[in-house]
Amino acid sequence: MSAILRKIIAPGGIPAWGIRVIASRTYSSSAGGKEMTVRDALNSALDEEMSADPSVLLMGEEVGEYQGAYKVSKGLLDKYGPKRVIDTPITEAGFTGMAVGAAYHGLRPVVEFMTFNFSMQAIDHIINSAAKSNYMSSGQISVPIVFRGPNGAAAGVGAQHSQCYAAWYASCPGLKVLAPYNSEDARGLLKAAIRDPDPVVFLENELLYGESFPISAEALDSSFCLPIGKAKIEREGKDVTIVAFSKMVGYALKAAEILAKEGVSAEVINLRSIRPLDRATINTSVRKTNRLVTVEEGFPQHGVGAEICASIVEESFEYLDAPVERITGADVPMPYAANLERMAVPQVDDIVRAAKRTCYRSVPVAVNA
Amino acid sequence: MNFTSESSGKRIPCFRVLDDNGYPIAGSIFEQVNKEIAVRMYSGMVTLQIMDTILYETQRQGRISFYLTSTGEEAINLASAAALSPDDVVLPQYREPGVLLWRGFTLQEFANQCFGNEADYGKGRQMPIHYGSQKHNYFTVSSPIATQLPQAAGVAYSLKMDKKDACVVTYMGDGGTSEGDFHAALNFAAVTEVPVIFICRNNGWAISTPITEQFRSDGVVVRGQAYGIRSIRVDGNDALAVYNSVRTARQTAINEQRPILIEALTYRVGHHSTSDDSTKYRAVDEIEHWKTAQNPVARFRKWVQGNGWWTDEYESEFRSNIRKQLMEAIQLAARKEKPPIANLFTDVYEENAPNLVEQERSLGETIKKHPQDYPSDVPL
Repeated sequence: MSAILRKIIAPGGIPAWGIRVIASRTYSSSAGGKEMTVRDALNSALDEEMSADPSVLLMGEEVGEYQGAYKVSKGLLDKYGPKRVIDTPITEAGFTGMAVGAAYHGLRPVVEFMTFNFSMQAIDHIINSAAKSNYMSSGQISVPIVFRGPNGAAAGVGAQHSQCYAAWYASCPGLKVLAPYNSEDARGLLKAAIRDPDPVVFLENELLYGESFPISAEALDSSFCLPIGKAKIEREGKDVTIVAFSKMVGYALKAAEILAKEGVSAEVINLRSIRPLDRATINTSVRKTNRLVTVEEGFPQHGVGAEICASIVEESFEYLDAPVERITGADVPMPYAANLERMAVPQVDDIVRAAKRTCYRSVPVAVNA
Repeated sequence: MNFTSESSGKRIPCFRVLDDNGYPIAGSIFEQVNKEIAVRMYSGMVTLQIMDTILYETQRQGRISFYLTSTGEEAINLASAAALSPDDVVLPQYREPGVLLWRGFTLQEFANQCFGNEADYGKGRQMPIHYGSQKHNYFTVSSPIATQLPQAAGVAYSLKMDKKDACVVTYMGDGGTSEGDFHAALNFAAVTEVPVIFICRNNGWAISTPITEQFRSDGVVVRGQAYGIRSIRVDGNDALAVYNSVRTARQTAINEQRPILIEALTYRVGHHSTSDDSTKYRAVDEIEHWKTAQNPVARFRKWVQGNGWWTDEYESEFRSNIRKQLMEAIQLAARKEKPPIANLFTDVYEENAPNLVEQERSLGETIKKHPQDYPSDVPL
């Protein structure tokens, strides 16, 4: 009944253990110029893991016949059949509970939420039935399950389709929470999540599905896997550290380009993993640059940036030359009108201004004469 | 234009084998239970009664923090367990420790969990009565109501893929059928055609909510058909009826790969738990009536003794033996050390998280430096 960490022999005979042993390189060379969309990256990762391990299942609304609400599971029903690609009735609580039960008994379900907003209807099963089970059963019940789907703001979908759940899920012990940015992240992290014996919340982004990124030969190999809990330095710099995840990594990179022209060298960190948070990488970077800007789309109070800020203050206080700046979404439910929506999510300029404030800030916010 | 009435007018009849006095009802057809199984079932019911009485008292004395009895539902507990095979996977609600008892969980193991000592299989992580045992195929009890129902459908899905000669059995109360999870679980189980038996212990009360306020349908059995599930209503205080219906349900579930719903009518004689005083919301003579005139243990005893398989001497000897064993088990459980502090940090994930390893190390150092500030009976 217990789920054993399976040894997966990928094509080519290379054993691919969990996520501890492989892929210690955080850079991959992009020789040959192959590109892949995030959607295709996710699809190929699912396909390869389902092929390698017959206990991996995919379930959710529209994942089968419709090829996936966002076409992420295209072709999988035809290839693996309705017993492994399951179109569920509309009950998040129901299919999540059922998937957790299947995981209790040794299957490895991948549960798709059409967006993570709907995961709230299943959150009791995610937290109480999945996250806490290994602990509360003293190791007798392990839950090798993945919950995936688009998270955060899309475009013009309003408040009930735009919330970012990174901070909520990442506060829970027993869960692992991942947030890929590019295609290499998507492939490597989803494979790691599926192979992991613990419950993993995998936060994708709808607007990134169609974006194309260069991908290395190494990342295309079916045994490719990224370590959980390691952030990636997307761009090295020495003046200010900008930490982001998911779509905001792209914005941070654009901001870094703009800052470079103005003589500010920004180091951009792609978190990849929200829980466990790679505090070591962030602290090392801040000890080098002495300045920190965190970027996230989610609500400001109790966000991911708050946790990062606390970590820096606890570990690297003496290294800070300026207060930590947090860029977050606005403290309002996401409005619909395009102009209002634009004001409610971070923009590249916000990141640039914040970075500059950390560099040139000389006037405190409240001045008493 | 015809609206289907909100009620069929007639209540679904209840399957019974023994009358209130423990005599087989004339014309009732049932699978015979042999002496060995009958005695084992009966003695299990008595053991459960004694366990409940003594452990409830233990909570009242302040020695354990919480307890919940199954008084009045002993027949459902033991008879359903007897009808299953050890390979059948059980997902309990929380009022089914008799199933674990049948499968071999010892009085000492029950006591250890209630006291949360170092021998507790739960490593001191759970409140009392949240038993769980992998080797007995009994999933750890989980407090939120009815969450085990869709989980059971999922376990059954996994069993079906494995093509095992086994089914899943999951229990809930009348209150649990109001949860959204009940609806999703039955719907799913029917659609995916999986071998799971849903046993509803309709005991009349969900803490202080009587069934008249819980639903307007004719109990729970009528809902099965709404999901396309074969269902039966059974006298839950008739051990033979419960045994028979679960046996048949099991065969059907496995041979036909379909879910079954069993509504077992019974009565919750005890309070909801040690945190409840049910005399505040129900009549004392109602409780007395079900405790005496409708007692499932006494009823089954009449049948077993009628067959010459049990006597009054056995009864007093057996009861005093179990009492003695249980008192010893409790003494031992209370004396055992608490679980080591290391258990605070393990099992959050399959592999220990580095931040927790660090915290454990740091805590160990602090305890070494200031031993007088930490309890001496808790090992590291």
